[in-house]
Amino acid sequence: MANNNPIQTIAIFGATSAVAQALAKLHAYAEDNILLLARNEEHLESIANDLKVRGANKVDCINADLAQIDQHNELLESITSFSNEIEKYYFFYGVLPDQAQCESSWEHTLDALNTNFISKVSLLSLLANKIEKEQNRSLVVVSSVAGDRGRQSNYIYGTGKGALSIFLQGLRNRLQKSNCHVITIKPGFIDTPMTESFDKNFLWASPEKVASDIYHAASKNRDVIYSPWFWRYIMLIIKCIPERIFKKLSL
Amino acid sequence: MSDYRSWGYTPPKKQKAIRLNWKDTRLDSDENCWLPYGNGRSYGDSCLNSQGRLIDCRSLNKFISFDKNKGILRCEAGVKFNEILDTIIPLGWFLPVTPGTKYVTMGGAVANDVHGKNHHQDGTIGRHILSFELVRSDGTRLLCSPTTNQDLFRATIGGLGLTGLITWVEIKLIPVKSSFLDVETVPFKGLREFLVLSNDSNARYQYSVAWLDCVADGKNFMRGLFMRGNHHSSQSPETTHKKKNNHLSVPINFPKWSINRRSIAAFNSFYYYANKRKAGKTAVQHYDSFFYPLDSIDHWNRIYGGQGFYQYQFVVPLEKLNIMEEILHKIVSSGLGSFLAVLKEFGNHESPGMLSFPRPGICLALDFSNRGAFTLDVLQELDQLVIAAGGAVYPAKDLRMSTQAFKSFFPQAKEFTRFIDPNFSSDFWKRVYG
Repeated sequence: MANNNPIQTIAIFGATSAVAQALAKLHAYAEDNILLLARNEEHLESIANDLKVRGANKVDCINADLAQIDQHNELLESITSFSNEIEKYYFFYGVLPDQAQCESSWEHTLDALNTNFISKVSLLSLLANKIEKEQNRSLVVVSSVAGDRGRQSNYIYGTGKGALSIFLQGLRNRLQKSNCHVITIKPGFIDTPMTESFDKNFLWASPEKVASDIYHAASKNRDVIYSPWFWRYIMLIIKCIPERIFKKLSL
Repeated sequence: MSDYRSWGYTPPKKQKAIRLNWKDTRLDSDENCWLPYGNGRSYGDSCLNSQGRLIDCRSLNKFISFDKNKGILRCEAGVKFNEILDTIIPLGWFLPVTPGTKYVTMGGAVANDVHGKNHHQDGTIGRHILSFELVRSDGTRLLCSPTTNQDLFRATIGGLGLTGLITWVEIKLIPVKSSFLDVETVPFKGLREFLVLSNDSNARYQYSVAWLDCVADGKNFMRGLFMRGNHHSSQSPETTHKKKNNHLSVPINFPKWSINRRSIAAFNSFYYYANKRKAGKTAVQHYDSFFYPLDSIDHWNRIYGGQGFYQYQFVVPLEKLNIMEEILHKIVSSGLGSFLAVLKEFGNHESPGMLSFPRPGICLALDFSNRGAFTLDVLQELDQLVIAAGGAVYPAKDLRMSTQAFKSFFPQAKEFTRFIDPNFSSDFWKRVYG
């Protein structure tokens, strides 16, 4: 699609997720340079081919298990060798752990927290130190409405996301003087392979809708957005319920 | 689970589905009744599988390769035509054949061997398919083309998803210079006038279609508007690809009383006079409004209300014009006529598709709001007339044809059954051939 904006260079962590794929398409149509990071090599390659046909200027893939913290330094070097001009780093990877399994298995809980929170703290810290010197960069990180209040049905997932949101607040505060932006995305329910087994209703959004919200939030350097927008008000109400009542609810 | 339904809205039967996220994923379940599901734009039950499981292909939405010089595109089966157009038009290419909506998937287009306003010159989409991959329920992956696995190639084009799962398709595109068309509108009255116009336009216009008033009786009986056009032949700044976002939407099902003879007649009169003003002049029209007028109204199917509607599309050979006229009289006198009836002369380009619907003759498509048994009786009578004419009704839009009618429309079905995957079926197939 013809466009007059300058070409951007972006990196997507967890590029095989459904929302990440939809977001990458928007950048491909804008003829941007795109770096994709995820575990599955074949899937990455098929996404890269798709983005090239859709108009991406340059697409590269890095095959990595992003939850492996001991490989993060090495990973950062590969990213830098792709380009020194990466303006936006998008974070999509994560898992939706089974709450019941988490309750009976500490390993499972730790695994989920490591993927959804600890490993991101590691990667984001390394990136923060790098972009602090470069100026004018953005970290766009997908958190979740589940992190706004703990609920019995998924509080291990919620804990990781809630902790991530707080970490991002601090990081935003720190990077603001370097003219770098930290953008927290809080999606509601998204109809993706991760949520295939759920019954859907009107609250569920498509990956394309959420991707388009993220794309616009990133281009306007917003701080915290909910996607779709109405979740801001749903969560506002949910956060206002007194704990004495909330603890008896099964939301 | 997502809500899986067909475009005609009726009947709402609970569907089970698995979602295919990658084209190399195996169908590893002991299910023995599969049916691929694209974007649910088939009107009837050919895209439903109440007794088995649907394979939701909407995540197979990746392009694989595009040769910008030769116009050869390979994409996964779940890629929709709107995405293809957005990608190829800026590079000077267009789809060789497109139906009246761009929200169909590539796999669905092949499985129904779709046709468009250029059928008289270019035939169905099957004629432009270079190859595709077909996955059978036993796990075998077959490359099908006019020269490899020819039989399965022919059976799968127009094969209603019954021969296996199409994972990707390679198609030859056509070159265009702009995203606009030069369009002319000519009013006519009666089938004979339509055929004269059609004959006169076939060689000079790549696209042609007519709208017919199926409600007006008396002096306005069978009035219509003939539209013909060609791709605009020069490139200028105002005729390059523009994405339009002025979408309307029908948010809820219309109440039952809102669709009646009077409101439909009023709409048809309005449409006739609004467009007749354009008669004789050549207008430059964006491809969106020429090919996809209804796509600008999301969920337009809701105007028929919660009880849904039947779409009836059939073709009758040219030499049986008298039967076509009898059919039109029956439709008008039934009072069930619809908002938009579309008339088109099919050409004689044969499709490779074994079970293809288009064949030389006059084709009419129209909606009937669902008024229960009365609507069904009228359609049943129309079937008998189409059988007598040696014509056919389009399975992609059907919800009610009988086994006897199907076998008369598609005598080649017996040969086709040899290529059906033993673990694939659909509500349509169980109904007409089960």
